[in-house]
Amino acid sequence: MPEQDSTDEDVARDEVGEQAEVGEQAEAPEPELVRWQLGKSHRKVDAMERMRGITRYTDDIKLPGLLHCKILRSPHPHANILSVDVSRALAMPGVHAVLTGADLPVPYGVIPWTPDETALACGKVCYVGDGVAAVAAIDEDTAIAACEAIEVEYEPLPAYYDPEEALAGAHKINPYAKRGNLSKDVVLEFGDVEASLDGADIVVEGEYYFEGTTHGAIEPHCAVAHVEPNGLLTVWSATQVSHYLHRELAKVLGRPAHTIRVIQPPLGGAFGGKSEPFDLEFCVALLAIRTGRPVKCLYTREEVFYSHRGRHPMRMRYKTGFRQDGTITGVSARTFIDGGAYSSFGLVTTYYSGQLLCAPYAFPAYRFHSTRAYTNKPACGPKRGHGSVQPRFAIEVQLDKAAVELGLDPIELRRRNDIGPEGVTVNEFKIGSNGFLECLSRVEAASDWGRRATLPYGRGLGIAGSTYISGTNYPIYPNEMPQAAVQVCLDRSGRARVFSGANDIGQGSNTMLAVIVAQELGLELDDVRVLSADSDLCPVDLGAYSSRITLMVGGACLDAAQKLRRKVRAAVAKRWELPARRVTLIDRKAMDLEDPSRSVSIVEAFQWAEADHGLLGEVGNYNTPKDRHGSYRGGTIGASPAYSFTAHVAEVEVDPDTGVVEVKHIWVAHDCGTALSQRIVEGQMEGSAYMGFGEALMERHDVDPGHNGVHIGPSLLDYRMPTFLDTPELHALIVEAPDAQGPYGAKEAGEGPLHPSIPAIANAIYDAVGIRLDSLPFAPPRVLTAIEDRLVLEHAGELPTFKVGRGRPELASKRAAGEVA
Amino acid sequence: MLRLPQFGVALPANVDAVVALLRDNPGARIVAGGTDILPNLKHRLDEPGMLISLAQVAELRSIAKVEHDGQAWVEIGAGNTLTQVSEDPQVRALFPSLATAAGLVASPLIRNMGTLGGNVNLDTRCRYVNQTKFWRQALGGGCLKSEGKVCWVVPTGRNCVAAMSSDCVPVLISLDAQIVLAGPQGQRVVPAASYFKADGLRHTVREDAELTTSLRVPVPTTPTRSAYAKWTVRKSIDFPLVSVALRFDLEADSVDAPVTKLVVVAGVLGAKPRIVSKLDDAIGKPLSDPALSRIVCAAVAKQCKPLENVPYEAPYRRRMFEVFTRRAIAELVAAG
Repeated sequence: MPEQDSTDEDVARDEVGEQAEVGEQAEAPEPELVRWQLGKSHRKVDAMERMRGITRYTDDIKLPGLLHCKILRSPHPHANILSVDVSRALAMPGVHAVLTGADLPVPYGVIPWTPDETALACGKVCYVGDGVAAVAAIDEDTAIAACEAIEVEYEPLPAYYDPEEALAGAHKINPYAKRGNLSKDVVLEFGDVEASLDGADIVVEGEYYFEGTTHGAIEPHCAVAHVEPNGLLTVWSATQVSHYLHRELAKVLGRPAHTIRVIQPPLGGAFGGKSEPFDLEFCVALLAIRTGRPVKCLYTREEVFYSHRGRHPMRMRYKTGFRQDGTITGVSARTFIDGGAYSSFGLVTTYYSGQLLCAPYAFPAYRFHSTRAYTNKPACGPKRGHGSVQPRFAIEVQLDKAAVELGLDPIELRRRNDIGPEGVTVNEFKIGSNGFLECLSRVEAASDWGRRATLPYGRGLGIAGSTYISGTNYPIYPNEMPQAAVQVCLDRSGRARVFSGANDIGQGSNTMLAVIVAQELGLELDDVRVLSADSDLCPVDLGAYSSRITLMVGGACLDAAQKLRRKVRAAVAKRWELPARRVTLIDRKAMDLEDPSRSVSIVEAFQWAEADHGLLGEVGNYNTPKDRHGSYRGGTIGASPAYSFTAHVAEVEVDPDTGVVEVKHIWVAHDCGTALSQRIVEGQMEGSAYMGFGEALMERHDVDPGHNGVHIGPSLLDYRMPTFLDTPELHALIVEAPDAQGPYGAKEAGEGPLHPSIPAIANAIYDAVGIRLDSLPFAPPRVLTAIEDRLVLEHAGELPTFKVGRGRPELASKRAAGEVA
Repeated sequence: MLRLPQFGVALPANVDAVVALLRDNPGARIVAGGTDILPNLKHRLDEPGMLISLAQVAELRSIAKVEHDGQAWVEIGAGNTLTQVSEDPQVRALFPSLATAAGLVASPLIRNMGTLGGNVNLDTRCRYVNQTKFWRQALGGGCLKSEGKVCWVVPTGRNCVAAMSSDCVPVLISLDAQIVLAGPQGQRVVPAASYFKADGLRHTVREDAELTTSLRVPVPTTPTRSAYAKWTVRKSIDFPLVSVALRFDLEADSVDAPVTKLVVVAGVLGAKPRIVSKLDDAIGKPLSDPALSRIVCAAVAKQCKPLENVPYEAPYRRRMFEVFTRRAIAELVAAG
């Protein structure tokens, strides 16, 4: 081997620790990255099983002697529990155990600072659907009958359904709350907001209301627990945060974490709705311990609506100052957040409702005051685009209103406020790469935006932009360990095994890991086996939330895969007596870059490497930068290693006779840094736009204050998620502005592309018929009323005729015919 | 997943056996496609000891032209699925509004299971009824149609106003269809227009021991135009929130020919479909005459009064009955 390449050998021998990093710099770089797998359209590693219907979800787990668990739930929105008598239930044949709140009294919460819920109600219930008791029986019917035999004596209390009323109310809802019904209050101010608004040429003021939506994952929550003869407790759960579940199980059950194994089977969707521990997981665990038999609990669809943790209702009052040229002078926001009965992620939500909104637009002054209150409703939490989808609606409509008032094109107005790459936001977050301007250009071109000027009355185009985080710089519980770690092994048959704690929730994270390993080691995806989310087999990962996995777990995986790549290349280079930089791994071969006819199968290359180095296994780590956040209290919350950017144009048709809004197209341009797998990224963009569209027009998660706080329709018949027939044409336009933090420059794609959906549709409705709908959803009665209110004002001369001459004559004749007010 | 209550299943092979089972097992319920009754059983709106399956009753599944009383009819077996009805060439040619309505029920999967007889006898629906037993308990103990004694739609009401939500029923009434029932006393034929009652608990005149065996629809003897207008929030799955069937008999086969007879029927109001009355002024006017549309729409607006029994505000739905009636007439005129 030539002398000058000894560094390659050194690296290969000594790949662990800091020396490896030195070696990495010392290694001669490959001429250029050959996109062997990167950015291709891949079939997801689990796609065939899912399409053939043979995927084994949590509910498909059947163990000998399995018992079934049902949870008795509160019919009261707010009540003290005076007594619970389970004796009749326990006496029933087939009933093996009954739990009440007293059996699981340790309060928990996904955020370590706000443990304010118990697995079953202790002393009081806080919403219709709150869990009171749990039964394990030989079958579901027996468990249901046993629940009905439990006698609970309640003392009803006044219930609060509005956050501002709850804050003023005399009765405290959550027994663990420290300050009445105040869940969290955050006030942060950057720059001189009053001066920025006083000095503005115009100030746009608006009040916006987001009513609340839920995730609608097709798979309901499900958990199975089993105690092995050696005492190990295994919990299978449809969760997206195995590790936090593991921690909370240890805490609530009072047993060491190493005696618990948590496994996440394949999921049928999550969207944030499975990102914290739920009552059923604690119940099946304790019931399995008590009975010595495996226990399963599967929620009904109705119970999913009660467990909820969906998007918070928010009432948002915004003031935004603008100069004549459209640049923003300052933003002031006052937000009331309806938290429901428990904290869930609410502490973070309250920060996010202000902290995540300081890009893609630059502005010098910002104040937000967000207040989350407890109410007697199912607890709210994170849903795709946690905390920022609601205020993004407000902000983007504010910009649209300003564009109209200033006579500017709304895309141009957004361009003028672009914060750009490598900038610093007003709240001191450091932005890395930023493809927002390209996103704007792409949707502008694809939607043929220029025709907006001539679209007839009833037809409109609307624009909105956004940004989102690629994970957070700090974990939920403070620690100094890496944020992600992955273990990769190669074996002599030419295969790779990836061990990752990350939760694949359908977003394709297992495929993403396979793509990275296949890219680095010249493999096909079929050669890579990803074993994930099993706490006995895999390293800890924090879970699928805040769009962290591609950047963080992908980064850790790339670290491990590159170490292995160096070993394999070095082994081949040694035998070919070449510098290692000439060896690449591609197409299941090791190949001489300068003489491609010279190659060896990857199987043999792995065997050479194993001969040289022993068993081929490496770990990789990723840790976040700790210098990219604000230097104030709360300044770390919402700071991310890298930010994605998105722009949407929505095209709508509004029926002025019925108020029905039909969304025809949504063009989604999303800067994901680098698309590791094209079709998955496009799928995330389309799915996000679809989800936001449903929230804009149809979906309603709320309770009925006039009827004892019951949910307005806890079923998929009454909670209207759009069908294929309702869904607009979705056009995914990938934009790539690679970020130094991400693997190959990759940033997130799973949540960001949702944000502009709602305001783009709102702005398109304005462009179509000249009305502002500042409350969601844009249901036909509401749209029709707004159209007619405008007609009255137009008729009275108080507003100009909207789109005069463009399809309006028929309306004039309708008025003449007395068909509209 | 919600659980079904325990029940036995009988599998009779013919109509006589079904009737005998119904007679001998009070409280037994019929199941054909199951798309209405099974969700209702999961919601514990009934707990029958026996379900009588029509799966093996082949005689319910024909579609044939027949002569009765000197008139030509198409007799559609009650066991035909909604997909079969919507795709049948005779139905499409002679009764396009029925094909439309059957093809708009719920979703393809449900239409592949659900039958015409089941859709005609679809139980009335209400936002306070079609929920789980737990939900109704939380509401305050159900209502007239479930476990309770109150009506949540009309709080002072003593009569259940759950909504007749079938897509096919308004159309069948508008086409002067007849409902053929088999019972212990033999066969009985009831005009669709007389089949329904304003009582959400028992909204048809069918006796417990009777089975709907077929629908007879008279073959038109004059040129006609017919339409079915449905509005829901989503374009699939949902029950109608606005539902209007229209039928116009014409002197000649042209929309410019005078109308000799018209029938307008609205669903999703109360338990009984409303046959819109006082349309005589429209007779003699061409279908294409805007005055005819105005007369019909005014009558619909005046007489169709939705309640808060299904989603979406009643005042809004009331206005939409008129809008969708106007549009349906305009579409007929435009089609020529």
